[in-house]
Amino acid sequence: MNMIRKVTLAAAAALALTSGQAIAAGAEIEVTDYAFPFEGPFGQFDQMQLQRGLQVYTEICAACHGLQYLSFRNLSDEGGPSLPEDQMRAYAEFYEVFDQALFDGEGDFRPATPADKFPMSNLSNAPDLTLMAKARAGFSGPYGTGIAQLLQGMGGAEYIASLMTGYVDEPECALESDPMDGYYNVAFAAGGFPESCKGEHGEHLVPGSWIAMAPPLYGDDVDFADGSSTELEAVAMDVASFLMWTAEPKMMARKQAGLTGVLFLTVLSVLLYLTNKRLWAPYKNKKA
Amino acid sequence: MAGIPHDHYEPKSNGEKWLHSRLPIVGLLYDTLVLPTPRNLNWMWIWGIVLVFTLVMQIITGIVLVMHYIPHVDMAFASVEHIMRDVNGGHMIRYFHQNGASLFFVAVYAHIFRSLYYGSYKAPREVTWIIGMLMYLLMMGTAFMGYVLPWGQMSFHGTAVITGLFGAIPFIGESVQTWLLGATAVGQPALNRFFSLHYLLPFILLGLTIVHIWAFHTTGNNNPTGVEVRRTSKEDAEKDTLPFWPYFVIKDLFALAIILAVFVAIVGFMPNYLGHPDNYIPANPLATPAHIVPEWYFLPFYAILRAFTADVWVVQIVQFLSFGIIDAKFFGVLAMFGAIVVMALAPWLDTSTVRSGRYRPMFKWWFWLLVVDFFVLMWVGARPAESPYDLISLIASTYWFAYFLVILPLLGVIEKPLTPPATIEDDYNAHYAPKSDSAPVANPAE
Repeated sequence: MNMIRKVTLAAAAALALTSGQAIAAGAEIEVTDYAFPFEGPFGQFDQMQLQRGLQVYTEICAACHGLQYLSFRNLSDEGGPSLPEDQMRAYAEFYEVFDQALFDGEGDFRPATPADKFPMSNLSNAPDLTLMAKARAGFSGPYGTGIAQLLQGMGGAEYIASLMTGYVDEPECALESDPMDGYYNVAFAAGGFPESCKGEHGEHLVPGSWIAMAPPLYGDDVDFADGSSTELEAVAMDVASFLMWTAEPKMMARKQAGLTGVLFLTVLSVLLYLTNKRLWAPYKNKKA
Repeated sequence: MAGIPHDHYEPKSNGEKWLHSRLPIVGLLYDTLVLPTPRNLNWMWIWGIVLVFTLVMQIITGIVLVMHYIPHVDMAFASVEHIMRDVNGGHMIRYFHQNGASLFFVAVYAHIFRSLYYGSYKAPREVTWIIGMLMYLLMMGTAFMGYVLPWGQMSFHGTAVITGLFGAIPFIGESVQTWLLGATAVGQPALNRFFSLHYLLPFILLGLTIVHIWAFHTTGNNNPTGVEVRRTSKEDAEKDTLPFWPYFVIKDLFALAIILAVFVAIVGFMPNYLGHPDNYIPANPLATPAHIVPEWYFLPFYAILRAFTADVWVVQIVQFLSFGIIDAKFFGVLAMFGAIVVMALAPWLDTSTVRSGRYRPMFKWWFWLLVVDFFVLMWVGARPAESPYDLISLIASTYWFAYFLVILPLLGVIEKPLTPPATIEDDYNAHYAPKSDSAPVANPAE
């Protein structure tokens, strides 16, 4: 039995070890562990929040960024923003997409239909946002053990919300060297970093780095029809929530399937345990 | 089969006799199912069935994924997203397949360490062990090539790093690397052939699984005592064993159900926990990720690869003696493959006459240190190659080799093992007294 216990512990430790290390050595970032409604095995997307996030995306993010893997029809899917179909169609028509079949194969622009995908960005430095909430990890460590991600989740949505709220005044150390390109953001790891803010071993003395994107949100950037808060943090969470949905549109169905599977297998294991016990009973007679 | 005396299949009806005289397949299945199995097997003997289940699951989910996947550098990533979004149930199939690789490796490592502890690799089971090691290598190849297919950032740059290992071979390395990739760099030819091989290798694994089972059905299972089943008579054998069906099938299925409950929870609630976020970024040859890390199951050997840097004196001596042919990079590659080779040679490196670690007081300590060492290697494999991780990985890598090359051979000479029980029956009865003939008595005192 000792062996089993040790191996079980070992297996648990193996699962806890993850390679999910998004952040380069030395660069510390500040990511707030926002409480999103979709977290945990029972968490659900908040339909109204997704609709608000869609609005933020449409009015602000879409100016530069695309959502190339998302179809307009997805906006009406269950477990998402669930726009009524007529609204979704009307929304799609706002977008122009290029259709190669028009003009006898020469192609032309036309209003988008529900079957079309959101256009991709034409700007080389504006990454596509569809999968951003899965392509970034807000949490890591401690010391590469992956325990933080086990407890807090991967933190993709938290990362996005923290990035939106992470623009602060440049640290004093940055003033000692030449002005940096871009904007200082405490949640951004992969940007430029002034030498004057590094310690003697090259370690970063201040969190984050300099990002090319100007602050997209300041607070009160949008008007919500449902009267929700338009403070910076609230809007940042709305759009982060929306981007989590674009990255993982089947999350609700997946958690449902997982829950059903776990329940089914738990019942099955109990039945198999009892079967096994009965089967072996004639050969097992525990010594007193 | 098994050399353990037991009842064989006798065709009864005319139809059965007709088939049996032409193709004794029912007899083969019967003998496989009723194989006399040591009755004292503990819960570490369940991983085989988990592995068979996982292989079948990976093949079935994989075949469905192939129906929707496009092995083209411009379309592979989008086709995976198509599976995740538009294919009915596609997101579950893909997550099962993706996390199935992790289940596979959790099970195979438990299986391997069980064999190492209970001496399952020792005579007469060396062939089972060697086939198992081959399967493990094939699994690693299959998993690696599968990871390339989504054509994300980590897929692409991981492929560049791993195929680059072959480039470290002196003189012919570059040609070998080009031959493997079908080009001088990772691109369309590499994606196509990795896709082809990723589909092929699991079926070879399936074939080797049958050979693996055939081999240990010939020698009989090992068991926690390491004592062989008595073959003196059918009666003696029956005291040591129980038929595989139903006793071990039900036991294994029970364990499988529990493991799958955990697995389904991971797939359902945290399917990307074991993956790397960078692989949700489409491959871009021009932008190298800050930190290229393999999947968790490769990390121990990745750590060994990186441990032997140019400033290690062993590496310097080897480089000097080989006139510079074996440089630090090639030394690392040799060490990584060597780590698996020395493990495969365990049957001949272990000199102890006692099979099971249960009766080896000194061996136990070294074995558990090896287990710890394995996890330390896994951990440092994911850390950046800098102080203090470089020193930790060097020490841990050295222990890995020392365990197989020094400790196993020496222990057989210096260790005084305990005496294992004479028979499996003795061991079993020490835990579970045989039931008396009278009807079970309810003890009111209890």
